[in-house]
Amino acid sequence: MSEKLTRFFASRWGIIVAGAVIGILAPLLQKLGNPPNMGICVACFERDIAGALGLHRAAVVQYVRPEIIGFVLGATIAALLFREFKARAGSAPIVRFVLGMFAMIGALAFLGCPWRALLRFSAGDLNAVVGLLGLAAGIFVGVLFLKAGYNLGRSTRTYTAVGWVMPALMVGLLLLLVFQVRVSDTGALFFSTEGPGSQHAPLLISLGVGLLIGFLAQRTRFCTMGSIRDVLLMGDTHLISGVGALVVAAVITNLILGQFRTPAFFGQPIAHSQHLWNFLGMTLAGLAFALAGGCPGRQLFLAGEGDGDAAVFVLGMITGAGLSHNFALAGRADSVVEGVQTVGGIGPYGMGAVILGLLVCIVIGLTMRQKVEG
Amino acid sequence: MAQTVDARGLSCPQPVILARSAIQAGKFPIEVLVDTVTSRENVRRAAEKAGCVVKVEELGGEFKLTLTRK
Repeated sequence: MSEKLTRFFASRWGIIVAGAVIGILAPLLQKLGNPPNMGICVACFERDIAGALGLHRAAVVQYVRPEIIGFVLGATIAALLFREFKARAGSAPIVRFVLGMFAMIGALAFLGCPWRALLRFSAGDLNAVVGLLGLAAGIFVGVLFLKAGYNLGRSTRTYTAVGWVMPALMVGLLLLLVFQVRVSDTGALFFSTEGPGSQHAPLLISLGVGLLIGFLAQRTRFCTMGSIRDVLLMGDTHLISGVGALVVAAVITNLILGQFRTPAFFGQPIAHSQHLWNFLGMTLAGLAFALAGGCPGRQLFLAGEGDGDAAVFVLGMITGAGLSHNFALAGRADSVVEGVQTVGGIGPYGMGAVILGLLVCIVIGLTMRQKVEG
Repeated sequence: MAQTVDARGLSCPQPVILARSAIQAGKFPIEVLVDTVTSRENVRRAAEKAGCVVKVEELGGEFKLTLTRK
C-alpha cells in the first residue's frame, strides 16, 4: 500500500495534484487574511519570522508564520510515515548558508520567492513575468555549471538527532507563537501592527494548510526551481507539470474569489515595477537555488525529512532576510502619493548586493566542480 | 562486469546526471547506487525515459538500480 502510494505521488498525476492543491489553498489563505498576492511566500514568510525574532526591525514585516512551521513538520510527518526520514549532512554546509543568504537577498529585491512569483502572476501582476524570466535565466546559468561538473560533494548519513534539529526549531517557534512570548514591551517577539506582517489567516488554518502542503510536497518532491532546471537540463517536464497545475488552479481560485486584477505592471500589491532589478533579483535567486539543489520550499521539505544541509540553507535565508532589511537591500513597493505615481524598487545598496551575490554565485559555480569519482 | 555509478550522498540532480551520462556511454548493465527514495524515483524515471529496464533492490536503507537495455 505504502509502495503504491509512493509510486502515485512520484507519478505525473501526483505532482499535478500537489501543484493544484497549493494553487487553490494559497489564494484561499489570502482570502482568510494573508497579505495580497502572498497567500504563500516562502521567502517573505521566512523574512517575517526573522522580523518576529528581532533579526531585523522592519516593523511592517514581523510575524511567526505558521505556514513555514507546517511545511517543515508536514514533511517530517510524511517522511516518518513512509520511512524516508534520514539524517544526513556534510555537503559543504557553509556554501549552502551563503547561497541561502544571497537567494533571500535576490528574492527580496523582487519581493517574493518563486511560489509567490507564480501566485502574483496568477492574480494579474505582470512584474511576475519579468521575475520568472529572471528566475529562468539564473537557473539556466546554474544548469551550465551543473553540465560542467559543478557539485557540492556528498552528504553522509549521520546521527538521527542531527535530522531533528530543524523540526525541533520549528516546534520551538510554534510554542513562541502559541504563547505569544514577549520578553518586554520593547523586546521580542515582535508582531507587526500594520503592513503585510499584520495580515494573516487564523493560526490553526495557516498551520493546517502548511502541514498538508508539507506532506504532499515531501511525497511528490514539488520544486519550482527543479521544474525549470529539469526542462533546461534534460527536457523533463515532470516537475513543471506541477507548476503548471499550480498556476491554473490559482488563476481559477483568484477569479472565483475576486482576487484577480486587470493585468498590469504598476501599483500591484506588495510589488514594484523596476523591471531590471525584478529580473536580476530573481536571476540571483534562481542561480543560488540551482546551485543549492532546490527552491526555498523544497529546502524546507528536505530539512523536514532530515537533510541537515538544506536546514543550513534555510538558516542562511533567514539570516539573509535580516541583512536585507537591516542594510536596506529589499525592494520597496510602488506607491501613489497625492496622485503622483512613484515606481518603487531597490536602492543603491540593494543593487550592489544583488551584483555581489551574482559574482559570489559565479565564483562558487566555477570553483566547486571537483569531479565525482564514479 | 557491470558498470557502477555511486551516487550516494549526492544531491539533486547529480544522481540523474551521472546515470544519464553512463547510459549515454552505453556500457550495460549499469548499477546505480543511491541513498534516498527521491533519487531512486528520479533515476528510475530518467532511465525508463531513456529506454532502459530498471530493477531496484533495497540494501539496508540504500538502493541499487540495475539498468539494462530493452
